[in-house]
Amino acid sequence: MRRRVIPGFGLALGTTVLYLGAIVLLPLCALLLKASGIGLTQFWDILSSPRTLSAIRVTLSTAFAATLFNAIYGLLLAWVLARYSFPGKRILDALVDVPFALPTAVAGLALTALFAKNGWFGAPLDKIGIAVAYTPLGIALAMAFTSIPFVVRTVQPVIEDLGSEVEEAGRSLGASDVQILWKIIFPAIFPAFLAGCSLSFARNLGEFGAVIFIAGNQPMKTEIVALLTYIRLEEYNYEAAAAISAVMLLMAFAMLIVTNAVQTWHLRYVGRGEV
Amino acid sequence: MSIASERDSEQAEWMHHPVGGGIVTRRIVLWTVLVLTALFLVAPLVLIVTSGLSSGVGVFMRNLTEPATLHAIWLTLLTALVVVPINILFGLAAAWTVTKFDFRGRTLLIALIELPYSISPIVAGVAYLFVYGSQGLFGPLLDTLGIKVMFALPAIFLASLFVTAPFVARELIPLMQVQGTDEEEAAVTLGAGGFTTFWRVTLPNVKWAVVYGAILCNARVMGEFGAVSVVSGNIRGQTTTLPLQIELLYQDYNVVGAFAAATVLTAVALITILIKVTLERFGEVPQSGTGH
Repeated sequence: MRRRVIPGFGLALGTTVLYLGAIVLLPLCALLLKASGIGLTQFWDILSSPRTLSAIRVTLSTAFAATLFNAIYGLLLAWVLARYSFPGKRILDALVDVPFALPTAVAGLALTALFAKNGWFGAPLDKIGIAVAYTPLGIALAMAFTSIPFVVRTVQPVIEDLGSEVEEAGRSLGASDVQILWKIIFPAIFPAFLAGCSLSFARNLGEFGAVIFIAGNQPMKTEIVALLTYIRLEEYNYEAAAAISAVMLLMAFAMLIVTNAVQTWHLRYVGRGEV
Repeated sequence: MSIASERDSEQAEWMHHPVGGGIVTRRIVLWTVLVLTALFLVAPLVLIVTSGLSSGVGVFMRNLTEPATLHAIWLTLLTALVVVPINILFGLAAAWTVTKFDFRGRTLLIALIELPYSISPIVAGVAYLFVYGSQGLFGPLLDTLGIKVMFALPAIFLASLFVTAPFVARELIPLMQVQGTDEEEAAVTLGAGGFTTFWRVTLPNVKWAVVYGAILCNARVMGEFGAVSVVSGNIRGQTTTLPLQIELLYQDYNVVGAFAAATVLTAVALITILIKVTLERFGEVPQSGTGH
């Protein structure tokens, strides 16, 4: 290690570690401590109760559906922003940030009003027999709204950086549009695409504010894990809240490891492309 | 038949027509995206503002000056005023640590800085409960001392600090990484102290990134729902921030009031995006990061 010329290392590191310890690590450790004190049998009973299992199933399936929607819509959006020029492109680019800037409760309120049976979109959909508000479809919609920027902002720069040389080389060798898209462009953006999707999925799993407005929150039907945790707290059932939260925390860690692995792979992929 | 000339014309064609550049494909893809975006991202914004103002500006203002809503606005501003400066300082310290120095555990520290991004706000709220709540680590001690943290202002501040801890650091780290340490080393060699170096060399180089991180941090603090919902106890007129107040009004079937409050937060969001776009346009900060 080379000698440090710049002063202030101790102070800066100390401040950072102390702050992270007090604000981030202390609560997370307290949660895991509480959860580990529950005892394996009770822990298992809480998690394997029909209501918890149903909440996990609802959360996983709606989060997956929302991610799938974002994968397609997000990819198209990133493609349009990176490769086409058209009037209003700056506005479209700025609109992608709306879900990050808009509070989740506001998003939830607006989506519920839009898709309620008397809403702008809910009324026509109701006529053809599709209910969105207070169904799993509504939950997926709210999740998709809050996490769409993850896919766009991860994929967009990679498409922008894609050199036209490889595409032209493919074309000169007689490849069709579909072949170039499938064999040249898609493999190049795939790691970033996967990273964006896993970020989106992770966010969907933990989303609360936007979902509770539109979900209807019926136990066993439209109740997500985050809400069940909240309800257990209101019932003063701290053990159950701790157990479910601990599982959510471990799922977040698992998603973090997956995302990091994908991103490392992505960086290596990009690095290899530059050589 | 001349194969060569045929190839030439083909070549001219692919040079000017990248994949997806054909008029038909372009139109289909572009319009699909524009229509979906209008339905999915624009319609909610339009709905909030029109519903908020549907009964006229007078009613809108009366809804906002309702004592409970007014208190919620004040509490939200206070929270932002406390949390944003602290996380600016933390962001500067964290970015300074991981970009100006090389040490063992640096990668781990960066991962820790970004950790709150990956954690559900509800989990964060529950975690705080097990530190400062009556069931928590320090609960009994705080009770004896008569200090109230949970279901009071300190808990709202702490939970907001947790969820937005990475916001400023996240914008600073990539920028300061690129800038390296040459300028600071030169300053120190010329006899500047640590504080002078930071104040006169480092800070001017990153000031716009600090502003950028701070406005994103501010938007999130003002809009945070899940974590604050758990730790605040949602006591009417006391610990309800504006997002919580929206839910309370909605549950009370005061939809117009809920939309009036939502309009205020939407305005904050739109101003945030406007500042973000302006900063990006003038090249002071890198274009749209993933921002998660």
